[in-house]
Amino acid sequence: MRVLGYGDSALLVEVAAAGVDAGAEPDAVLGMFRALDRSRPPGVVDLVPAARTIAVLLDPRVLSPAAARAWIERTAPEPPAAAADELVELAVRYDGDDLAEVAALLGITPREVVDRHTASRWRVAFGGFAPGFAYLVSDHDGLRVPRRATPRTAVPAGAVGLAGEFSGVYPRSSPGGWQLIGRTDAALWDVRADPPALLHPGVEVRFVEVAP
Amino acid sequence: MSGDSARALRVLDPGPLALIEDLGRPGHAAVGVSPSGALDRGALGLANRLVGNPESAAGIEFLLGGFAARFETPAWFAVTGAASRLVLDGRPVDARTAVHAAAGEELRVAQPATGMRSYLAVRGGIEGEAVLGSRSRDTLSGLGPPPLTAGDLLAVGAEPGTPVPAVDFVPFLEPGEAVAEVRAQRAPRADWFTPDALDAFFTVEWRVSADGDRVGVRLDPPRTPSHAAGVEPAAPVLLERSVSRELPSEPMVAGAVQVSPDGRPTVLLADHPVTGGYPVIAVVADRSLDAFAQLRPGHAVRFRHA
Repeated sequence: MRVLGYGDSALLVEVAAAGVDAGAEPDAVLGMFRALDRSRPPGVVDLVPAARTIAVLLDPRVLSPAAARAWIERTAPEPPAAAADELVELAVRYDGDDLAEVAALLGITPREVVDRHTASRWRVAFGGFAPGFAYLVSDHDGLRVPRRATPRTAVPAGAVGLAGEFSGVYPRSSPGGWQLIGRTDAALWDVRADPPALLHPGVEVRFVEVAP
Repeated sequence: MSGDSARALRVLDPGPLALIEDLGRPGHAAVGVSPSGALDRGALGLANRLVGNPESAAGIEFLLGGFAARFETPAWFAVTGAASRLVLDGRPVDARTAVHAAAGEELRVAQPATGMRSYLAVRGGIEGEAVLGSRSRDTLSGLGPPPLTAGDLLAVGAEPGTPVPAVDFVPFLEPGEAVAEVRAQRAPRADWFTPDALDAFFTVEWRVSADGDRVGVRLDPPRTPSHAAGVEPAAPVLLERSVSRELPSEPMVAGAVQVSPDGRPTVLLADHPVTGGYPVIAVVADRSLDAFAQLRPGHAVRFRHA
């Protein structure tokens, strides 16, 4: 683990050390994110997890970068087993416009795409792109596909997609370049809920197939 | 008309873009929510202090003047940020000081000579529903109140307990004609760039491009002499990478200078995406970010090591 300066009021924690198995990185980030979140001292404005790193945003008037660095360096990541304490099941109709293309890219049938997607244990690794959008990771590489060459100008809310090693659900209609395999009616974002995002870092997600 | 004595302000003309902003909603980046808030935080804070508000009260951020509003009820107000001539019911009034408006008086803000954004604070603050603890409009995600339009009636909060402070004069530094010096620190991914690229980043004279908004501002590389002759040269790639593989998504912060694959830098501002896949070469110092956000397209910028 390395802690690096990231401007005046943030530190960047490189969680995944070089040589760590790529598949273990999201769990390593989540474990550290949880540990930091549970021990956060006053002056920590936000914790921002990403694929291999976490930004710790500070109010330097309350917590100096040096004090924050000391806190981060003495914080032990939580073990991966403790990282998922909430399970969300999402009912999906697997009738996405790119399902056939995804199957062709992977050299399997659309049925197998659906089976792999529903059989996987997905975890929310980090957020981004839009409020409520979660980058979901699994334990395997069996659904890794590139983004579409040309992004769609409008992807409907609830669209379930794949891109790179990630799966994700569009919380609302927006442009997007992910390969769409299905859709869900679940409400992913509600500003009146606490937390407002159904899928937040650490949540485990299972996709359940329902008839189109 | 509001029809009662509720304190309110009527927007008559929003100008090019008028948004309600406060100090934003940091703390929700893990679920994809940008910090948002005023781009020139110092200017909003000053406007609020001048009318005795807490610095975190919501005000109006308006772009390039042209803003007009009517005080439906008497109110103290102050305008800060980009320097514009202010006219209250036909008489000139000063910026950067508390001014009292009688009921029915109209404030008109001219186009500023320099700078991008001005701030109107009204004693009591602009009210309205807070989303995740803030009334700021986040232009990236669409959270917060929509951009103001002519006819909007904005509720003004109760008078704070603190008095309107007596302030005669507030020093103000306008963005001048000269090259803007912007303090920045090397970022963790600076070593993804060649030594020449890092050197170029901190030495060449960049220009603020027209491709900018509350999410970020792209910078153009320096002009070359052939521009003057009307010939469009092939843009030199100044910020060449030494590591060409794809960067796994990283957290972004306000002031982060992202470099896209064409080698051009973009300085992220308050409505920035919370994570991104372009390497960050440097981060603009907090104390330089307010002034940077006031630079107009075409303004020359040089980054200096913080």
